[in-house]
Formats: sequence, structure tokens, C-alpha cells
Amino acid sequence: MSSGYHIVVCGSLVPDPLQVLEPVEGPDGPALENEMMIPAVLDPWAAHALYEAAHLAARTEGSRVWLVSIGPRARLQQLMMSIAQKVPFELVAADGPASGFTDARETAAALADLIESIDGLDRSRALIFGGRSSASRDAGVTMGMVGERLGVTDQFLAVDKLTVEDDGRLQIMERIEGGRYLVSVCQGPPLVCAWSTGELPEPPNNPQVGMQNMRTIMPALQKAKPVQLDAEGLSYVTVEIPKGKRDTRIERNMGAEDIAREIVEWVRG
Amino acid sequence: MDEMIGVERQSMEVDIACVGFGPAAGGFLTTLSRALQDPELQPFMMSKAMPGLPLQVVCYERADDIGFGVSGVVTRARGIRESFPDLDPSQIPMAHPVTRERLVYLKDPIGASRRPPGVKGLDLLTSSLKLLGKGRDHAVELPYIPDFIEKKDGLVLSIGSFNAWVGQQLMASGTVQLWPSTPVAAPIIENDAVVGVRHADQGVDARGAPGPGYMPGMDVRAALTVAADGPVGPVGWKIDEHFGLPEGHHQRDWAVGMKMVVDLPDGCPLEPGTVFHTIGYPEPEIFGFFYVYPDGVASLGVFIPSWFESPVRASYRYLQHWMRHPFVWHYVDGGRMRSWGAKTLAESGRRGEPWLVGDGYARIGEGSGSTNVLTGSGVDEAWTTGVQLAEGVIDLLKQDRPFTRENLEKAYVERRRGSWLEQELRVAEKARDGFQKGFLPGMLGMGLAGISRGKITISGGVKQPQEHVPSLEEYYEGTLAPAEIVRIRQASAASGTALHDALMEAAGWPKIPYDGKLLVSHQDALLMGGKVQAPPGYPDHVVFIYPSVCEACDNKLCIEVCSGEAITPGANGVPEFDREKCVHCGACIWNCTQPVDGGLERGNIEFRAGAGGLHSAEN
Repeated sequence: MSSGYHIVVCGSLVPDPLQVLEPVEGPDGPALENEMMIPAVLDPWAAHALYEAAHLAARTEGSRVWLVSIGPRARLQQLMMSIAQKVPFELVAADGPASGFTDARETAAALADLIESIDGLDRSRALIFGGRSSASRDAGVTMGMVGERLGVTDQFLAVDKLTVEDDGRLQIMERIEGGRYLVSVCQGPPLVCAWSTGELPEPPNNPQVGMQNMRTIMPALQKAKPVQLDAEGLSYVTVEIPKGKRDTRIERNMGAEDIAREIVEWVRG
Repeated sequence: MDEMIGVERQSMEVDIACVGFGPAAGGFLTTLSRALQDPELQPFMMSKAMPGLPLQVVCYERADDIGFGVSGVVTRARGIRESFPDLDPSQIPMAHPVTRERLVYLKDPIGASRRPPGVKGLDLLTSSLKLLGKGRDHAVELPYIPDFIEKKDGLVLSIGSFNAWVGQQLMASGTVQLWPSTPVAAPIIENDAVVGVRHADQGVDARGAPGPGYMPGMDVRAALTVAADGPVGPVGWKIDEHFGLPEGHHQRDWAVGMKMVVDLPDGCPLEPGTVFHTIGYPEPEIFGFFYVYPDGVASLGVFIPSWFESPVRASYRYLQHWMRHPFVWHYVDGGRMRSWGAKTLAESGRRGEPWLVGDGYARIGEGSGSTNVLTGSGVDEAWTTGVQLAEGVIDLLKQDRPFTRENLEKAYVERRRGSWLEQELRVAEKARDGFQKGFLPGMLGMGLAGISRGKITISGGVKQPQEHVPSLEEYYEGTLAPAEIVRIRQASAASGTALHDALMEAAGWPKIPYDGKLLVSHQDALLMGGKVQAPPGYPDHVVFIYPSVCEACDNKLCIEVCSGEAITPGANGVPEFDREKCVHCGACIWNCTQPVDGGLERGNIEFRAGAGGLHSAEN
């Protein structure tokens, strides 16, 4: 690898799960009340993908990172406030819904189109990253379909670790059933990596990175073209927010093992 | 230290660095961003920090979102409407024009409230109004609301939603940058000039020691630093520490506001825009508010002032007793808590005004003494100070003049002095002094000040916050025997909990009947309503400066008042702080009973820059 990777991270926003989220029936189907005003966070799985991408790019000279996001333009702006100080990236944005009520097939098609439109992207060096799933709609199929549309057949799902070997080959560790890992080695790009949690913590905020990112982010947002994701043919029978179960007690002198044991008993009911 | 561990502190330059995104910064940045979009002004609005680019304006906000951790409010919104002449409240979640406003006197339905003789007389007087059909539920809706309190043509707002709405427009303009989750530790002061700000260190442990991923807080150097970080923000406080306060000014009056946003029960008759101000209960000194938003949602809560001469200013407990008052309970019974939070309010008004400008800096908003303590309003005033500073800054940019003290005095301070804001602040300046003598003199003093336009007040010395705190024995004299107080102290120390619940129950306050929806434990309010977060890698932001002072302290009001139960009894008498419970209200600093700094009359607690806090955008 002489001139680094071209890493494309697919990721968008989800509502901050700590807010009051209430499903309502909107003019175009299900939605969340005051959705445009609810604080947003980067989809946690996509966030891991972005941090891994930035880490890999920082260690591999000549690499570039693009973040490809579909979401309402105003909410993408809001999202950028919270992630643009984390790692360097170039934003590729499209103005469309990101509510969790979109169809994975349509979303994958739109993402693939956006990736194909990136100026300067060398497909032979491309690592297509994304989350293994989405916190707002846990279909877990979008990245696979993005890969198919782009003709990238080396696809790895639920990835926790990607290692560049001395000879440039890529070793990928995927989660599989039974708490085990599947370790694969491929010659190199292009490939699709749908990340699970990765191994990196959330990076600290770096204002300099934020200032640098903002120079490309604002033009990208202004250029964001509308994308049609109308979930044609889909209908939602019911929509509800997952119910929380809570039971609070203050314990000051209880050991971790006892706490864990009690939580297990509580979960088992 | 950074050099010793091999990590370089980074630095960058911008033109204007603003700290804190609240209404004041909203007004400042909205006005500035419009100028940045004005083709006629653009030639003057070019960056000196980054030549060739437009003016580089950044705003750093400590909280994790620009709409987190603030307050519900009723406001006349004069300044806000001047900025948005076509303002349509329906475009702002939880906003509505005021439709009905009442001042309500609450009597004590359970017999636990402290009612000095004058207040008992007021109870009797209001009972006669009840006979005239003006009262119900141990309360009287007063037939008249003074015009200085009335928010005629005003709005009820969720400041969280309002901030988010303003921020969205600012970001869409692309002219200014807003950065949440970015606590600023301190101003950078060189040769008595503020030359920028230093961010909080990241990748450190609770005591601030570097750990994995250590990144020293970046220095952001700016030609103008705008301190808009509120009444307890570290930038404003450190500027005051360096420059002191103007002669005769002091910051002795404070309050903590604690509230809930509630889904009102089905069938609640209150219309959107309804406003109740309450006085009289749970203690005479505690004021309440009830603002009805659209869609059956309300913001309601209490203010606990620093002149409430109590060693157990237990805001959450008092909030619950206030909600349980029959007048309030009549409307909220069967409702559900959506969110919860608390905030310190600077109540010294214009008398607490710091130096508004200096070389390289300007102060706006609540921390600049803009709150009107007579009308009980601060949001619109804060917004207006931001607009005034922006107008001054634009003038200076057009004239290519630097941000010196002299230039900022002319461009901003003179503009502020000549405005309605200043005129009204002067009327209000001594309006609350009567509360130093008690509840009734305080109410009388406010009335006189309001009617006479500030010419007549009940004046007297204003005590330092610590001087308002009696001992437990003094406070409960005649109610609880000293031996009972000793027993409660011992039980509290053994369980590591605050004293106030046990004391209040021993003094006659009933237990709160938790229902899991509206009446929940303090810890549940923290988790269900406040959704408090504390990101890793930041140090504790509440610091007990001299442990020996805490060890000797017999009156740890910091524990009793803590809005999130984040401060608890600790070993050797030094309280423990758990930042995962802190809502960043800042009540601990002005409730410390141990003065250690004679100059600024501050206590033994430092409230530093901290990340996280409330994650509720509805407050």
C-alpha cells in the first residue's frame, strides 16, 4: 500500500436515547414528536466505525476519511457539533430522513450512490465502513447491501478488530454466534467492514480538529442534495418505544460480585 | 507539568471566543451572524486570526447539547421579539403566548410550615378573601397582579427548546461555530488583558492527574473573549477573581431554582399559556411557578433563595411538598414527570454587576448582573445584553478599532447604560433588600419599589450568604430538642446521607407518598428526569479547597442543598463528591457556610469547568 486507504464511513444520527421520545403519526408515516428538535447523537455503531477509520488513517500515510451521512440537513448540522471535534473527516451529506422508519434497501441504494459520487475516491483503495446495525432500526443488513451495490464482495459483519499485517494484508476479527470470533485475512481493499464495538474509546474533543473539519462540513451541508427515501411498499402496523424497567436503590457498601449477582437475579425476574 | 509528561498543550487563534451558549450568547451570536451575512458589512467582518477568511467566531458550551441543563421561563420577550419581529411561538417546541397570569397565596395545609406572626396574619387576611369566594384548596388567587410582575404579551418558554431553536438557525447560517461538550476551564489573562480561554484537560482522573489519552486543554487565543457562562461559570468567576468587583458591588443574593416538566393528567383544565406565581408555601420564603405549555405539558417548580434562613435548604424535598399542596396537586394529580433539573440564579441584579468589559473581554447575560430582581426576569434581559454587545462589536469592526476596555466601554457599556434594560435594573436594584429582614418586609419592599419606580425601598445591609445560615439548633429551637438533633446527626453520619429528610419529618413534614410517576425519590428524579451523564476523562469539578475547613465545619449546607445528592457526608468530615450525579446547578458554592476569601466573599468550594450534567432538552 503506497498511498494509504480511502476509508468511507457510512453513518448518521439517532435521537439521544435519554430524551423523551414519543412516536406520533406524521403526514408521511410514523415519526417522533418534535423530531427535528430532539438532540441527536451519532449512531453508536457508526461512531465506532468512524473512530476506527480515523485511527487507521492516522497510522497510514496518505489516507483519507469521508463520512457519508443521510439525514435532515438541520439535524446533521446539530450532529456535526458533537462529532466534528473528535476526528478529522470530510463530510458527504444528503438531505433525507433518518428517523429509523426508512427502508434498509432504499437507504443502501442512496448510500452507494453517494459513495460513487465522491470526487477523488479510489475504489481500489476503498474500505467501506459502517455500523453493523443501527440504534434506531436494528435491521443489520444495510452495509451488506451497500457492498453489493458497489460490487465489493469482501464483506465482514460485526467486526471488532482490523489489523494491518506487515505485508499489507488485512486481518479482520468478526463476532459470530456463541461468543466466538471468526478471524479472516484478505489481501487488502476494497472491502466492507460493518463494525460492532471496535476497540477504541471515544476520542477527546480537539477544537483544532473541529475548526479544520468545519471548513469542509459547512459547504458539504450546503451542497447536500435531497434524497428520496419514502419506504415505498412498507407499512407500519404499530410503533412503540422500547419500555424501560427500573428499580433504584442506593447501596454504598456492597461488593461488585454481590451487585452483579443481584442484577442477574433481577433480570431473570 | 504537560512538558514533563511529554504532551504539548496546543493552541489556536480565532477572532471571537464566546463561552457558554444561553440566551445571552444566543442574542450575541444571532446579531453577529446576521451582520456576517450582510453583503454590505462583510468587507468589515474579515478575520485577522485567519487572514482571507470571514471573522472566526466560536462558542463553547459545557453541556453535551446546546439545549441541555437550563430552565422553564415566562418572559415579556421584548428583546427577543426585537430580534425576531415575525416570531411565531408555534415554531418553538413548548412555547406559547401568555394567556392567563395569576399570583396565588398558598397557606399551610399541614401545619409544618414556619409561619411567623406576620405571615399568620396574612393567612387570616386571605381567609377572609376565601369567604368572598376567592379561594379554594388552602389558597387564594390574588385579585390583582402588579404590573411590574405581570408578563403581559409575554411568552412561556422552555429555554432548552428555545436555545436549540436559536442554535439551529445559527448553524444553518454557517457563520459561527457552536461546540457543545466543551468545558472551558479559565480565561487566559496576560498583563491584565484577557487574550483567550483555556479548555479543560481531558484524559485525566477525578483529581485531574493525567491518565491514558491525556490531552491538555487547548488554548484558544482570541481578540475578544465573551464571558456568557452564567452566574457560576468558571470564566466569569476567574475574571472576577482577577479584577475584583466595582466599588460597592457584591454578589450576595442567590437562589436555586428546581423544577419538573410534567405531562398534565387527562382532563386538566389549564389552558396553554397559563401562568401561576405562588408565594407562602412550603415556607414563606419559597416562591413557586407553574407555566403551562402546549399539548398538556407544564413546567413547575420552586425557588429557594439565599435569604431563606435555614440550614436545610432541601430544594427537592420542598419541591415535592409544594407540588403536594392542594392548589397545585389539584392540577397535577395523575400526571407524569418528563424531566427534572435545577439551576442557580444570580439574584443580586445590577448590584452584582462585575466589570462589564476590560481589555480583550466583555461580560453578557446573567453573570453580568442583567437579571431584574423586581420583575423576576432574566432571559430577555440576558438576550438583550448579547444583542447590545454584538451591535457594539459590529461598530468596532466597521471602524477597525481593537477590543480594548476603552473601546468596549463606548461601544457596549454606553449602549447598555442608555437602554430600557439599565433603567429597569436601576429601579429593581434595591427592590429585594427587605427580604433581609423577613418575608413580609421583603414583599412590602418589592411592592413599594415597584409602585414608586425604585424611589422607595426597604433598605438595610445585605448579609453575606453565610450569615443567613443559622445552626440546626437555632433553626429548630422549640420544634426539635437538641438531643433529637444529635440523634439525627449520628444516624445521618452512619448512613452517609443528608440530614434534611429526617429533620423535616421530625419537624412535622409528612413523608412523600411515592407514586413512581410524579412523586419519585431524589435519585429516581436524577435518573428518570435529569438523565445525568458524566463522560470519562474529566476531573471532579466540585472541589473542597481546604479539607481542614470542611473537617471543622459543623454546618454542611452543601450536602443538604445539593440538587443531585452528589455531595454526601465523607470521611473525616470532608464531603464526598460524585460527579455522576451532579446537575451542575452550582448551589454548593454559594451555600458553603465557611468563608475563606474575604475579597469576593466566597466559600470553601470551587466549582470548576465540568463536562456532562443534565441530558434533558426540555428544561
